[in-house]
Amino acid sequence: MDILETLKTLALDSGFAGFFSVEGLKNLVMIFISFALLYGGIKKKFEPLLLVGIAFGCLLVNISNFFSGGESSPDALYHPELWDAFLDHDSEFYHSYGNIMANGGLLDILYIGVKSGLYPSLIFLGVGAMTDFGPLLANPKSLLLGAAAQMGVFLAFFGAVCLGFSGNEAASIGIIGGADGPTAIFLTTRLAPHLLGPIAIAAYSYMALIPMIQPPLMRMLTTEKERKVVMTQNRMVSKTEKIIFPILVAVVVILLLPSTAPLIGCLMLGNLWKECGVTERLSDTVQNALMNIVTVFLGISVGATTVASRFLTWETLKIVLLGLTAFCFSTIGGLLVGKIMYKLSGGKINPLIGSAGVSAVPMAARVSQDEGRKANPTNFLLMHAMGPNVAGVIGSAIAAGFLLAVFK
Amino acid sequence: MNIGEAGITALVGYAVVFSGLLVLMLIICCMGAFFRSREVKVAEKKATSNDPVPTATQPLPVPTETQSEKPLAKGSAGRIKLYDVPDKEAAMIMAIVADTMKKPINELHFISIKEVKK
Repeated sequence: MDILETLKTLALDSGFAGFFSVEGLKNLVMIFISFALLYGGIKKKFEPLLLVGIAFGCLLVNISNFFSGGESSPDALYHPELWDAFLDHDSEFYHSYGNIMANGGLLDILYIGVKSGLYPSLIFLGVGAMTDFGPLLANPKSLLLGAAAQMGVFLAFFGAVCLGFSGNEAASIGIIGGADGPTAIFLTTRLAPHLLGPIAIAAYSYMALIPMIQPPLMRMLTTEKERKVVMTQNRMVSKTEKIIFPILVAVVVILLLPSTAPLIGCLMLGNLWKECGVTERLSDTVQNALMNIVTVFLGISVGATTVASRFLTWETLKIVLLGLTAFCFSTIGGLLVGKIMYKLSGGKINPLIGSAGVSAVPMAARVSQDEGRKANPTNFLLMHAMGPNVAGVIGSAIAAGFLLAVFK
Repeated sequence: MNIGEAGITALVGYAVVFSGLLVLMLIICCMGAFFRSREVKVAEKKATSNDPVPTATQPLPVPTETQSEKPLAKGSAGRIKLYDVPDKEAAMIMAIVADTMKKPINELHFISIKEVKK
């Protein structure tokens, strides 16, 4: 056994050797980006439950994945070329999960749950079980604010087409404006899976930055007088109404847009388990254990898609900018309809609750509450803002369903 | 996809989201109206079946403290008196107060919460 030869082979096989190429340097950049994301998640608490997992997935995939001759290392945790073959109509491995299972790394196997739409749907099951639709039922006009706040989705879609993205890619980028991570992941895996990494990171980063993005727009678009409006207490909603609501929404929305069935179906099933009062065990499991397990898999496997050679492109920069535009215009859309409702109601509705129509629950509602209290310390807008906030979840699922129906 | 098609798709998409949620709003409004009218009917039925109680002699709101028999938990700061406030709302108010004061909720002692009716 030649010890020197063995040591040389080990050195050449190591990841360190991979840094001495252009692709390797890109990996190094991605490793630093993952450190920045870890810092944001851990130190700044930016959506830590998902961002820490995504950042670590990004770190793992870029440490283990060094390309040579267009192929990733056999030891890599994630192999983008396997997924290229999976999506290639002409490939013998088109839609072959068997090929992924046989030749994929750990993260390839976990990514199957993202690709099949399993994780986002299961997350929606948990979100449904955690959501109280009471404020929405007490004030159904909130649904209009939830609809208005989808403006950013369609403006960013239009902007993305103007910047040269294809219809499928533009739809996936636009949905960032829905401020709903699982919906963005669900739509992107179906329409533009190659953009999943940047879109997921942009969506979760901007959701975490809502307390910084929204307040300047809220102050710019509303007057002091409008922000001071104290809204009257909502009516009490009966248990029966809360039980009928998820069934009704599932029937109406899925009949309207069948492509929303996985998201709306799971959201409403989770909510029905919460409200019906006879399935506490299931409701508790999907809210806690299942939600946590899926979050672990979702975060790390979405992070895995940030392979340097695919992530460090001008497209990523455009996506980040378009995502920010989408968030801003969604906030503006909600605020503008909030102002219209303020006028029509004779000053009884505080327009600040409009910005909560973006579906980042409950962050956006908290921002409305904080801004309302800054203008009037006796103001409690939280419950009023929760209505548009949960309406935004339904609105973004409908927007995703529409885009899926058009571009699938 | 050209820019014109993208513009039309965006407009139609926004309209679909609005119309979908508008339909839901109308259905929820109808459902709410039905349940409210039912509640009113039940209340009227109750009122007619019971002996009439003169409103002037109605007692002041009493705290919904129904578990006074139960022993206090270890380390508890005592019971809170709720006047016309559901438990959920009281919990929310206490959480908001604690958050605003930047104090842990277990270090605050709430004596009572009362709904202010205008």
